[in-house]
Amino acid sequence: METCVAEAPAKLSVHNIEKEFVLQGHKIHALEDIHLDIEEGEFVCLVGPSGCGKSTLLNIMAGLSKADRGDLRLDGNPIDHPGPHCLVMFQEHALFPWLNVLGNVLFGLKLKPHLSPKERLEVARYYLDLVGLSNFEKAYIHELSGGMRQRVALARALAPNPRVLLMDEPFAALDALTREQLYGDLQRIWMQRKKTIVFVTHNVREAVCLGDRVVLFSPRPGRIRQIYDVDLPRPRDINSINLAVHATEITTALKGYLKEAGAVAE
Amino acid sequence: MIRRVSIAVCFFIGLLLIWEGLFRLRIWSPVLLPSPVAVGAYLWEIACDGILWSAAAVTLRRIILGYGCGLMLGLPLGLLCSRLNFFRDTLGLIALGLQTLPSVCWVPLALLWFGQTESAMFFIVIMGSLWSVIIAINTGVRQVPPIYVRAARTMGSRGMHTWLKVFLPAALPFIVSGMKQGWAFAWRSLMAAEIYVTILTGFGLGHILHYGRELNAMEQVIGIMGVILVIGLLVDKLFFSPVESILHRRWGTGSAD
Repeated sequence: METCVAEAPAKLSVHNIEKEFVLQGHKIHALEDIHLDIEEGEFVCLVGPSGCGKSTLLNIMAGLSKADRGDLRLDGNPIDHPGPHCLVMFQEHALFPWLNVLGNVLFGLKLKPHLSPKERLEVARYYLDLVGLSNFEKAYIHELSGGMRQRVALARALAPNPRVLLMDEPFAALDALTREQLYGDLQRIWMQRKKTIVFVTHNVREAVCLGDRVVLFSPRPGRIRQIYDVDLPRPRDINSINLAVHATEITTALKGYLKEAGAVAE
Repeated sequence: MIRRVSIAVCFFIGLLLIWEGLFRLRIWSPVLLPSPVAVGAYLWEIACDGILWSAAAVTLRRIILGYGCGLMLGLPLGLLCSRLNFFRDTLGLIALGLQTLPSVCWVPLALLWFGQTESAMFFIVIMGSLWSVIIAINTGVRQVPPIYVRAARTMGSRGMHTWLKVFLPAALPFIVSGMKQGWAFAWRSLMAAEIYVTILTGFGLGHILHYGRELNAMEQVIGIMGVILVIGLLVDKLFFSPVESILHRRWGTGSAD
């Protein structure tokens, strides 16, 4: 199994990516020397404190912003524009208030010309059912709770069948109970659909709960410091002791890097 | 609902009774304050002989054409201002300045350019409504959260599709309030124009109001003022209110009346 994965070409390959910003006259290395290969069907979590460049990398993967240097390929082809090959689920749900739940899920599907209206409706309903919102297709966004909104956003991102799903701290604004429910749902859906997912978070436990691999970033300059394999059985419970052990290990490492970065900054 | 309607009806009946009472007390000369009965009789009379309907038709045709053109011009120009800084810094500034100009100020220019013609009316109404429409659309599109556009683009939306399916619907609440403001300005401009400009191609409500003053026929003045007010209310209640309540329901803003 191991060798088989190693021989297959990476789904999403990130090579030597660099990105700089100029903020108030200071040059900031948002990303430096980023290498990462993500396999088909893999769930990868990018973890780090705010400002470590993990969201910047996600935006570059989405085609929403450009790297200054480096090579980014999806199935061997460079990514240079946003599109339905890499769909993004944002921290704010970004659902359209002028459309109802079904209309939101259909939005991306309507941009797929090879589908008939009937097929689109079937696909949209399938995904609404998958996130447990079959009974709410006529509801408007403001009528839904925060957790339901993110479920709709998940359905909307999955429905056009992107090759990679990018998630930018999608659960950060939710309360703890709702979040735990969504961890369960997301794992169930991922095991069912085997989608390649890149998930950005600052929450180490969340990353260990969801990811096959946890990629640890440190800031100034934004770099990958370490990559952890998480081989806990699924579905994982965020409150389990085993998970806490992994999370503690990563958190300790993270604190070390932060201290180091802080010393450099001073 | 029934309770609210009956309270409103009682209020207006009370208002008419106070008016009639003031008339009977003869504090002011009947020339200055006619009785509501006289106003009602006048309206009944012009309704029966058709003057009311033909004048209302003339006025409504002008407002629909003028306001329609104001919208047709204002919508694309507002969109241009919202997207291109060149238009924002030039046309946007002109719109901002001219929006504050009372529409009556266009009357002398309109008369010089077009004479006493329908075109003069048309021009005044367009000038009255165009600028506020441009400003409302510009503001509305600029308020569209960038996250909507990013989300749409990752789903494969581009160019025209993004405009029609994201910017326009997202800005709709602002566009509707801009349209409503434009309507109010257009309506005011037209009344000012009809009162100040006498043209022979059609007598609108404003003209009848103007002749009422010349003839010292106060019941005519007040009656026509009432008609103008009712038309304004009807447009609001029949057109803008339903659209606004749909928007409120979808966006979850305000109370759905």
